[in-house]
Amino acid sequence: MKKASIIMIIGSLLLLGLFKFPLWNIMLGAPQYPDPLGMNIYIDGIKGFSEFDLQNIDGLNHYIGMKTIPKANEMWEFSLFPKVIFGMAMLGVIIGLLGYFNKVSYKYFLGWFLLMSVLGVLGMYDFNNWLTDYGGNLDPHAIIKVTNPDGTPMSYKPPLIGFKKLLNFDVTSLPHTGGYLMFIGMSLTIVAFWLGRKTSLTTKT
Amino acid sequence: MKNILKSTLAILGVLVTFSSCNNSSNSGQKSGALASNVAERVYVAPGEYDSHYAFLSGGYSGNLTVYGLPSGRMFKEIPVFSQFPTSGYGYSEETKPMLNTSHGFIPWGDAHHPDISQTKGEIDGRFIFINENNTPRIAKIDLKTFETTEIIEVPNSAGNHSSSFVTENTEYVVAGTRFSVPIPQRDMPIKEYKGNFKGALSFISVAPETGEMDIKFQVLMPGFNYDLSHPGRGKSHGWFFFTTYNTEEASTLLEVNASQNDKDFIAAINWKKIEEYVNNGGGTMMPANYAHNVYDESTHTATSTMKKEVRVVNPSEVPGAVYFLPTPKSPHGCDVDPSGEYIVGNGKLSANLTVHSFTKMLDAIENKKFAGEAYGIPILNFEDVLAGVVEQPGLGPLHTEFDGKGNAYTTFFISSEVVKWKLGTWEVIDRKPTYYSVGHLTIPGGNSGKPQGKYMFAMNKITKDRYLPTGPEMEHSAQLYDISGDKMELLLDFPTHGEPHYAAAMEASLIKERSQKIYKLADNKHPYAAKSDADTKVVRKGKDVHIYLTTIRSHFSPDNIEGVKVGDKVYFHVTNLEQDFDVPHGFAVIGQNNSELLVMPGQTKTSVWEPKQVGVWPFYCTDFCSALHQEMQGYIRVSAANSDTPIKWSLGEDIE
Repeated sequence: MKKASIIMIIGSLLLLGLFKFPLWNIMLGAPQYPDPLGMNIYIDGIKGFSEFDLQNIDGLNHYIGMKTIPKANEMWEFSLFPKVIFGMAMLGVIIGLLGYFNKVSYKYFLGWFLLMSVLGVLGMYDFNNWLTDYGGNLDPHAIIKVTNPDGTPMSYKPPLIGFKKLLNFDVTSLPHTGGYLMFIGMSLTIVAFWLGRKTSLTTKT
Repeated sequence: MKNILKSTLAILGVLVTFSSCNNSSNSGQKSGALASNVAERVYVAPGEYDSHYAFLSGGYSGNLTVYGLPSGRMFKEIPVFSQFPTSGYGYSEETKPMLNTSHGFIPWGDAHHPDISQTKGEIDGRFIFINENNTPRIAKIDLKTFETTEIIEVPNSAGNHSSSFVTENTEYVVAGTRFSVPIPQRDMPIKEYKGNFKGALSFISVAPETGEMDIKFQVLMPGFNYDLSHPGRGKSHGWFFFTTYNTEEASTLLEVNASQNDKDFIAAINWKKIEEYVNNGGGTMMPANYAHNVYDESTHTATSTMKKEVRVVNPSEVPGAVYFLPTPKSPHGCDVDPSGEYIVGNGKLSANLTVHSFTKMLDAIENKKFAGEAYGIPILNFEDVLAGVVEQPGLGPLHTEFDGKGNAYTTFFISSEVVKWKLGTWEVIDRKPTYYSVGHLTIPGGNSGKPQGKYMFAMNKITKDRYLPTGPEMEHSAQLYDISGDKMELLLDFPTHGEPHYAAAMEASLIKERSQKIYKLADNKHPYAAKSDADTKVVRKGKDVHIYLTTIRSHFSPDNIEGVKVGDKVYFHVTNLEQDFDVPHGFAVIGQNNSELLVMPGQTKTSVWEPKQVGVWPFYCTDFCSALHQEMQGYIRVSAANSDTPIKWSLGEDIE
């Protein structure tokens, strides 16, 4: 159980990587941008991949009537997310410590994981909503209007994950270092649960 | 994905090389196969980069042009001494001071010899210097921005030709006068030239960090013509060599009268010795009047300061600092090999090529073996300093460069060829024709202690029959040779702009990565910059109207301006808000008496417009910037001089 608890603690602490590294990355390449434009999404705001990328993405997006990329203070998510992540990391550490001193059972590890997964799915759902709004809620006075074959206005929603072609841009959306650290951390809590269970079963038999 | 593409290309490349080898062996070195092989060696595929930069002087265009090697493609024309309407250089309020001199504003120059800054005898790619021959000046171009950032006028000088070569740590850039003149200038009979005129050789110090130039001292030499020069390097570091002609000191019909002496001189100057003398208070400050123009990258503005004195040194007062090396016959080029041992003096009227030995020169000086003196300056014996002679290599030798492998390459103007010969044995190894009347030649890094080999290009004065004719005048031609083998191989002809007098070249890797892509708007300290649409305004001060204008894809802000009157002086201060590489915006207004502007991202430039007619006049962007480029326009209303139309401006709404 001690080993499982330590893994639980390490797993939870890996979430803190999100305070340093971006959660997600979206890159936009096009023939006239041999060095692609890009944005890194942190839990507390969006930054350009290179210094002036956000300004240049906004500059291009104004042709199709997209809103400018939100600043940190323009979205409630960017103030809430850091609190949730910090809270979940601390909760995980506490559960781990309690587990270490045999105050709680290994089942709490799974509980933490399930709670984190629910929050994660909610986060992705929120993120996807934002992308849909950002890519679809266009200024009616936009100078370039492109419609789908069925006559509906084209959405410029970047993919939640993966690759998509948007007009002349190749858009790639993938998790970044912070996101990978979070996934590894969450997987470790499952490992902790499994180890804890194994130990507990061995002790019982 | 990119890596996969690249490796596929690399494999394709290998296959192509392979198959072409097969072809040439199958066809037994026939000219057709060879020719296609040559084409491949200068072909730079779309999206690929050239391996070298070449900077060719524009001669009478007053500019410097940037080429790629081996493709011979021209990348850029950098305005230096001439106004350039393409960008507004010399027309905009910020850059007009760059062309200020003691003779007033001079919109043209004769740019001759570019030379790249060096550290420890190797090219460092920080700056490139170039001289202006007609109104003596030296300019510095910053290779971070490829823009002219400093120009210093050279007083007491005329025909600034033996310039602008740098010492091996860029301690100095020299500006030697071709024409001797009265110093100080005065009204006197020309026939009293002899003994009264002097030749000023100026040593301009270059600040190690900023590159800022300052005339440290001028050596006032006898009244000869100082034609070309070259720094010592390696063992001869600390010395500078200047070829002379007209040691006869004739003042008329020089083609005859300056060709009487069998030998003229190479003047050897121990600048370290003079520097020490000057640092100890030697020399005298002499009244002078010359401009020092500096471009500030944060204000995007040049300032011109008139300097009022210069330190001059009489060479006879610094014993051991200056010697004359007799050299046949009207020597032109003066070239020092990478080791610093050999000083090649190309007597342009001599059938032979004379090479002096630095070691022998020092030895002769030490043993005081002098043949005489001229104006107090010791003359060494020709035989005592001679390293060797290349016998009858061609007609009219001009300039020599080195490949760093013990070989020298000399151009022959009259016989139109480049001759390769070996240092030390003085034997001719190879010769190749040029088309026609070649002047200078350049090997990348050939003017340093460490030439970068592989390519050599010759710059021809006459181009007939090389390209499609373009009326009576054709652009000059450069010819690229592969010099990696024993024999030179002609690879390519490419046209050049202006007179490609001389060139400097280097491996691209030295500067490509440091090349600046934008100016940061946040660092823009131009007093009239508007850093966002919200900062734009129109301000009247008496008859001056200052318009703080911004550009971004695809509008001007403001785009409507009213309240300007006939007789006003309207300053359009245009700030480009873009922070994206290669997205300049242009500005032009109808009836502009100077030029358009081309404003780089983050930069501010100013154009003055003096409206002479009442009306509503358009202005627009001259550089195709986006899909809505045609819509990037505005109007300025000009009212009668006595009207009371108030100053107003707007973007996106009507002026009420």
